[in-house]
Amino acid sequence: MSEITSQTLTELVENIKNKNISSEETTKAFIKRGEKSKDLNVYITQDFSSALNKAKDFDKNPNFELKLPGIPIAVKDLFCTNKVKTTAGSKILSNFIPPYESTVTQNIWNEGGILLGKLNCDEFAMGSSNETSFFGNAQSPIDKGLVPGGSSGGSASALAANLTPITIGTDTGGSIRQPASFTGTVGLKPTYGSCSRYGIVAFASSLDQAGPMSKNVKDCALLQEIISTYDEKDSTSIDFKRNEYSKDLTSNIKGKKIGIPKEYRVDGMPKEIEDLWTKGIEYAKVCGAEIVDISLPHTNYALPAYYIVAPAEASSNLARYDGVKYGYRSKGENLIDMYEKTRSEGFGDEVKRRIMLGTYVLSSGYYDAYYLKAQKVRKLIKDDFDEAYKKVDAILTPSTPSAAFKIGEKNNDPVSMYLNDIFTVPVNLAGLPAISIPAGLDVKGYPLGLQIIGKAFDEQNILNIAYAMEEKIEFKNKITDWWIK
Amino acid sequence: MTIDLKTIKHISKLSRISVDDEKAKKLAVDMNSIFDFIEKLNELNTENVEPLTSVVETMLKLRVDKVISKDIREKILKNSPEDNEDFFVVPRVVE
Repeated sequence: MSEITSQTLTELVENIKNKNISSEETTKAFIKRGEKSKDLNVYITQDFSSALNKAKDFDKNPNFELKLPGIPIAVKDLFCTNKVKTTAGSKILSNFIPPYESTVTQNIWNEGGILLGKLNCDEFAMGSSNETSFFGNAQSPIDKGLVPGGSSGGSASALAANLTPITIGTDTGGSIRQPASFTGTVGLKPTYGSCSRYGIVAFASSLDQAGPMSKNVKDCALLQEIISTYDEKDSTSIDFKRNEYSKDLTSNIKGKKIGIPKEYRVDGMPKEIEDLWTKGIEYAKVCGAEIVDISLPHTNYALPAYYIVAPAEASSNLARYDGVKYGYRSKGENLIDMYEKTRSEGFGDEVKRRIMLGTYVLSSGYYDAYYLKAQKVRKLIKDDFDEAYKKVDAILTPSTPSAAFKIGEKNNDPVSMYLNDIFTVPVNLAGLPAISIPAGLDVKGYPLGLQIIGKAFDEQNILNIAYAMEEKIEFKNKITDWWIK
Repeated sequence: MTIDLKTIKHISKLSRISVDDEKAKKLAVDMNSIFDFIEKLNELNTENVEPLTSVVETMLKLRVDKVISKDIREKILKNSPEDNEDFFVVPRVVE
């Protein structure tokens, strides 16, 4: 049996069910590795002693029917966890202890999962490198000084570094898929309405979705089947028939039509991304899929539209942080002064920039020119996908326009950071599911990912394609444990 | 379009975020760079396009207007920066 922390979820579940290992041993192993990994800065809050008690309780009275029998799991610090501090990576929530639990995390605990702790992320999920977190940037286990991506950077880093067997993130414009791609892990952004948003700190409500992150596609399918439930507490949760994604998983994708959108061949795309994509197309063919050239003509307009819609929604969602009911408060001479100082001191620069951008595009006289225009473009982008899906079953693209970059490398100009999400953002605008799988390494040994985009509610299909391609790709992540002394 | 310091100060008021002069200058530069990027949308003619407000096409469900959470005052007030056991406390508003 291989080391506990390097096992996949599927292996751990099997070993616990067969009583080869206990929940306590498993939990201890992840805690021990977590304690040795402070330099990665992935944890905002560790809940280790409580996790150990829960593991002991599980072992005393084990229920092996559960899908996550006594499995310890760390989650992004954007999910509200009852009585456990939830910060969203922000100073303004640095002392917030939710009196309730998010539906997605509750689903995990209901299946026997045990909370290890809360993982670092960009402040309010706004960022692509985990550098906007109030608690400092998380490091990538791939190389020292490398960003793990963002906003679910702590989640991706903890997963790739074997500090948690699986994890969950949230994806508003690429925040699951981009860090998964940067760390050689698997990340799925489900269809909008698949996973409940109840209890997730809101960023842009029409785009936010929670999703699974894992070491392989099978684990991803299993976690998706656990977290995706219809929930009355989220008014945009959709009541559709959900598959048992892990049970229904098959690598037989013979005859599936996979579209290759020519607009994703952007100017200045590094050759290694181009080559990766070509290689991906070959793998898909070997798996029996049929490759079809398609066009998504409005792709270039997705990112500008996103940077109107997302900040607009953020500015209204983040209006609640006023220093009155919870969170950080600054002293002010009067009520307005207190609001203004609280928000000025409590939010970081990127969050302030986006709130102000959103406030501006929604302000009197500008609404039609910006917000309404962006929503119309959003329609054109969705129509592009609808048109493409008349011809194909799924779409294959690179996940990101480059491999991971160094910490501090893209901090001077916000737009150069935003360009990271060029391949992931259209999917959020159209509400579609998409998965990123590791598909190769660049010359420096940094992982590169491929993205498979599906039709709405067709998670099973993209999981199957990912599963089939994963078998052929045989990706191996290079983790050197550089941070362990 | 150019966003000047006056506009930054105006947005700062609207969004209730105080910004000093130095920060305002930096913000103006960043915002202008973002707006240059956003204005690419003007290349598109969207005259006859319906705006997409939500990708969820179903009608939102109605629920019975009934109190579900009871006796949670203490739980809720626990997180407040300042309270007097029954209420949130803010700086004096009425003289």
